[in-house]
Amino acid sequence: MNSVVCIAHVPDTESRIKIAADGRKVDEAGIKFIVSPYDEFALEEAIRLKEKSPGDVTVITFGPDRAQQALREALARGATKALHVKGEASDADSLGVAKVLAAAIKSVPHDVVFFGKQGVGTDNGLVGPMVAELLGYPQVNVVTHLEVADSKLTAHREIEGAEEIIEAPTPAVITAQKGLNEPRYASLKGIMAAKKIAIDVKSVADLGLDEGDIFNKRVVVVSMETPPEKSGGKKIDGGDPNVAAQAILKFIREEAKAL
Amino acid sequence: MPGVLVFCETKDGKLKKASREALTIGRKLAEQTGGDVIAFADDAAVADEAGRFGAKKLSTSSLGGYNTETYTNAIEQICKDAQPSVLLFGGTSNGRDLAPRVAARLGVGVASDVDRLEWTDGKLRARRSVYSGKVFATLDVTGTPAIATTRPNAFPAQESGGGAAEVANVSASTDSKAKVVETKVPEAGELSIAEADIIVSGGRGLKEAANFSYIRDLAHAIGGAVGASRATVDAGWIDHQHQVGQTGRVVSPNLYIAAGVSGAIQHLAGMSSSKHIVAINKDPEAPIFRVADLGVVGDLFTILPVLTEEVKKAKH
Repeated sequence: MNSVVCIAHVPDTESRIKIAADGRKVDEAGIKFIVSPYDEFALEEAIRLKEKSPGDVTVITFGPDRAQQALREALARGATKALHVKGEASDADSLGVAKVLAAAIKSVPHDVVFFGKQGVGTDNGLVGPMVAELLGYPQVNVVTHLEVADSKLTAHREIEGAEEIIEAPTPAVITAQKGLNEPRYASLKGIMAAKKIAIDVKSVADLGLDEGDIFNKRVVVVSMETPPEKSGGKKIDGGDPNVAAQAILKFIREEAKAL
Repeated sequence: MPGVLVFCETKDGKLKKASREALTIGRKLAEQTGGDVIAFADDAAVADEAGRFGAKKLSTSSLGGYNTETYTNAIEQICKDAQPSVLLFGGTSNGRDLAPRVAARLGVGVASDVDRLEWTDGKLRARRSVYSGKVFATLDVTGTPAIATTRPNAFPAQESGGGAAEVANVSASTDSKAKVVETKVPEAGELSIAEADIIVSGGRGLKEAANFSYIRDLAHAIGGAVGASRATVDAGWIDHQHQVGQTGRVVSPNLYIAAGVSGAIQHLAGMSSSKHIVAINKDPEAPIFRVADLGVVGDLFTILPVLTEEVKKAKH
């Protein structure tokens, strides 16, 4: 069984975000980048599939030089091959990114294509389904349980207050939700072994794509701004539970008008 | 012919809230784009309701329950026929599943989870929050149609007083590779945090899993959903469906009550856009108080039971 896992390299969720001088981008100076948290569940699932039924786990990322760190991390955890498509992915809209990844995915063998359900930070949640459409594959989004056997998969999809069980033939696109599994850490042995694996590097042009169709198209950032900071409202002493409950009740009734 | 197409979801012959919200903003956009609002829904029974929220036409099909591939086919067909300027999806699980698939089919972009929308200079201008609410990004979506998914609760639903929408049938291929074989409702009747108007959330201050009963009791009494901090989910006290925050759900209900939640940046990111926030915490320095409209420094174990009883009385 061969899998592809598409990985985004994103600012650590604890980062302080500053807007760059052009007012349209995030200033990357001083930010620590990590593997997008949902992509960790995607990677773990692919590694588990490989452990059950041998094959390759190819990790692919589209991003600048620093994004190779994400691939190294994935290799250290158990991915077997890595492909870095070099480019300023933050200048591409989601469909641009999807076109790049779809072309890259086509170049490697795969039965299942994994994504995180969204890239943490940008939180679009668009690229996985877009890639599925571009490749003509079925998709199951926000997956919390997965079984793959005999060119068929069964996936549990989380929806509002319920769960759908979906069957689809492979190849297919899966986007991973928290709860799909418990991602492992990289072992020292894994880190050492990963260093010996060469990362394949390609450009957007190498994939046969027109850069004009990838960057600054379709969705364009006009401006970014930081929201006004909340200063906090009224603070009261809740030592007496009756007094506290009455104050909350009054707020719910008069301010929120929820009673 | 310009206009706005809105993907609508129904339940028991009624529009879902997210769909009423999307129709409302769709109607406002149509005043700028010109043309009509067309609703696409799987149930013709919502023609009256869709009309009240501004739809002139209702396209339905006999596709049966939601399926990404067949619904993509249907929307593609309506777009070919009606050529809308804007295509909106409410930000539900299905809306988020479908919008990108349709966009890739049509070769256009998507602004997802937006909280403001306007039509200017022939372009759809959208605002969305990124980096967990630390930044607002304003985007222009070019291409026809321009697609957006709307953030639940960001566009309050308002009726327009319109008459019933005119129903038309759209035919589309029912072939699909993926098929839903079963839908499981795990905890019957439990409200999802995604669309709830009121959320009562618990954090590490609850001390143990069993004490989520304090949160559930209040949520049940007030008619709200149960939320949770990441720490409680990671500790296995509650299912991740309840998690509010950057790696959970970003929510913006009318009322958010946080009890025993310290307010890690992760969590604040997911709830600080709530309209009214109450925080109960023992620690007067807890960061949650920075975003709370009403902060109560005290013991949740003594305050919540009294509050729950008072809410029950008020509801009678």
